Amino acid sequence: MASRGGGRGRGRGQLTFSMEAVGIGKGDALPPPTLQPSPLFPPLEFHPVPLPSGEEGEYVLALKQELRGAMRQLPYYIRPAVPKRDWRRLPRELKIRVRKLQKERTTILLPKRPPKTTEDKEETIQKLETLEKKEEEVTSEEDEEKEEEEEKEEEEEEEYDEEEHEEETDYIMSYFDNGEDFGGDSDDNMDEAIY
Amino acid sequence: MTQAEIKLCSLLLQEHFGEIVEKIGVHLIRTGSQPLRVIAHDTGTSLDQVKKALCVLIQHNLVIYQVHKRGVVEYEAQCSRVLRMLRYPRYIYTAKTLYSDTGELIVEELLLNGKMAMSAVVKKVADRLTETMEDGKTMDYAEVSNTFVRLADTHFVQRCPLVPATENSDPGPPPPAPTLVISEKDMYLVPKLSLIGKGKRRRSSDEDATGEPKAKRPKHTTDNKEPIPDDGIYWQANLDRFHQHFRDQGIVSAVANRMDQTSSEIVRTMLRMSEITTSSSAPFTQPLSSNEIFRSLPVGYNISKQVLDQYLTLLADDPLEFVGKSGDSGGGMYVINLHKALGSLATATLESVIQERFGSRCARIFRLVLQKKHLEQKQVEDFAMIPAKEAKDMLYKMLSENFISLQEIPKTPDHAPSRTFYLYTVNILSAARMLLHRCYKSVANLIERRQFETKENKRLLEKSQRVEAIIASMQATGAEEAQLQEIEEMITAPERQQLETLKRNVNKLDACEIQVDETIFLLESYIESTVKRQ
Repeated sequence: MASRGGGRGRGRGQLTFSMEAVGIGKGDALPPPTLQPSPLFPPLEFHPVPLPSGEEGEYVLALKQELRGAMRQLPYYIRPAVPKRDWRRLPRELKIRVRKLQKERTTILLPKRPPKTTEDKEETIQKLETLEKKEEEVTSEEDEEKEEEEEKEEEEEEEYDEEEHEEETDYIMSYFDNGEDFGGDSDDNMDEAIY
Repeated sequence: MTQAEIKLCSLLLQEHFGEIVEKIGVHLIRTGSQPLRVIAHDTGTSLDQVKKALCVLIQHNLVIYQVHKRGVVEYEAQCSRVLRMLRYPRYIYTAKTLYSDTGELIVEELLLNGKMAMSAVVKKVADRLTETMEDGKTMDYAEVSNTFVRLADTHFVQRCPLVPATENSDPGPPPPAPTLVISEKDMYLVPKLSLIGKGKRRRSSDEDATGEPKAKRPKHTTDNKEPIPDDGIYWQANLDRFHQHFRDQGIVSAVANRMDQTSSEIVRTMLRMSEITTSSSAPFTQPLSSNEIFRSLPVGYNISKQVLDQYLTLLADDPLEFVGKSGDSGGGMYVINLHKALGSLATATLESVIQERFGSRCARIFRLVLQKKHLEQKQVEDFAMIPAKEAKDMLYKMLSENFISLQEIPKTPDHAPSRTFYLYTVNILSAARMLLHRCYKSVANLIERRQFETKENKRLLEKSQRVEAIIASMQATGAEEAQLQEIEEMITAPERQQLETLKRNVNKLDACEIQVDETIFLLESYIESTVKRQ
């Protein structure tokens, strides 16, 4: 207990190895203490050697990028599937219309007629579309092999997703009009004279 | 499998095959061999997707399967094979240099599809070549077949193991998974096919239709209905042979750098002569007599026998020991020390890394310790003629990065530090392993950074792609110059600048990956060769 008090006594402050052997002589300045982790991008003392350029390097580079693109198009690239949603909870109009008819159709039930709102032609077409969707929704639930159908639906949803995207770009493309309509529109709204 | 390797495998699989395959692949690499249901359960993916992913992985030789007792099939991933995907462009380029465009496309198709039947490869390559040729010209199947046969003769492509022929006397149900076998001599046997036909263009232009007589049309359709003559015989690229080629290339260029062109040609001749006779993992080639070498030198080289002998003696006396003399018969028997050559190449890589990272003085110290095997602190300062403080600093820097290690030699049995020698030494094998690990980490970082850069600018990239599509369609329908100009101006100047920067960065990162892969190849070859000898 006496020797333990305060760490005093013989041999206090001695290390197991002599400082000279390691190479730190007496009176040498020690390196500054490390107070924080080393920086994420430590500064480079020497510049890295330039990359190989020239015909071979460029050709291999182009090959690499081509291969990357090509592998994405091959059938071996499996895209993550769209999750199956519960269509009972979401508005009917959000369901993507399934284009292809599915196999093993049993009986086509009479679709319930939704209440008539207006007699606009477009709305009747939309109604027919929703009827179609409902009909396929109902018959699809009666399919036996659910797994297969899941897969197919996912694929078809996927297919339609891409088409939807194409439609999206169509919409955006229409933004880039030549500007022929521009003069006409402004004429309607402007009250002041055109100078 | 180290964490760095697993991370790299995960990035490679994700880039080339998508996330689902990546998840399954990484799970298999981490946990070893597992049956189907366990994989589905552990990764939480549906059974269908696991099946699809496994099919893709097996097709590309990344996963192998084995039937265990009680009919359970277990799947095992091959991490090292996944890492080879980084080297695909180099394989394809090598095929191009050796067998020109036809060979390049054959190897590309085989690598992209994993395994293919010969007839399918020939057809596809012919079609692709026809696309690039001028109008009216087509690629003949026979030419492509010839190149294929040459590739098989030089072992660059090999047959995949076959389903064994089922015997009728086999009772019981067929096994859940076939055990594929291949015999050594069958591996490069090309089946006798009479592939007649020409490549077809993909676009249905009327010129082709009028060019070909009607008689050919029904012939093409009947070809599709006939069963493929080489059904069940699949081919794959033989990566080991490519590695052997790279290794030979490395040795030849090393000799050329160290000595001169003629000696490198001699070494190249020797390597070419022992291509088929020596297995790829042998420590040295079969002995070749000086007369044989003289006869096999390339035709353009007319050096006299005496000059050749002088060169060979010079090569054999070189301290790097690439070439060794193993006897005196036949004008002197010479071998190439493959293992020593790989060791020298690995050491040169290490030295170069130290030089570029820490400076040339550090490199001097490193070379000194390498040469003298074990040195004390004081001796290092004396031999390298570098002031003590700097020498200490450099030694500790290298020590902390594990390029150099300390060897303790105690004077007294109690290992008292004040009475122990501490010697600095370089252990090339462990330093090479450490550097290889760093290389894997570097490539993973490069790929991640590239993906990050692409994701950051995704919106801009998509916009530029759309604009290009618009321009292309407008050009096809014949729009005026002014309209095209307007469309091009949709991308503003700063955006164009951003795109340029992005393209430059992505190119740089890609080139870095290719460069690091070359180092990986050298280090892996050296480690493999050393481990086999132990």
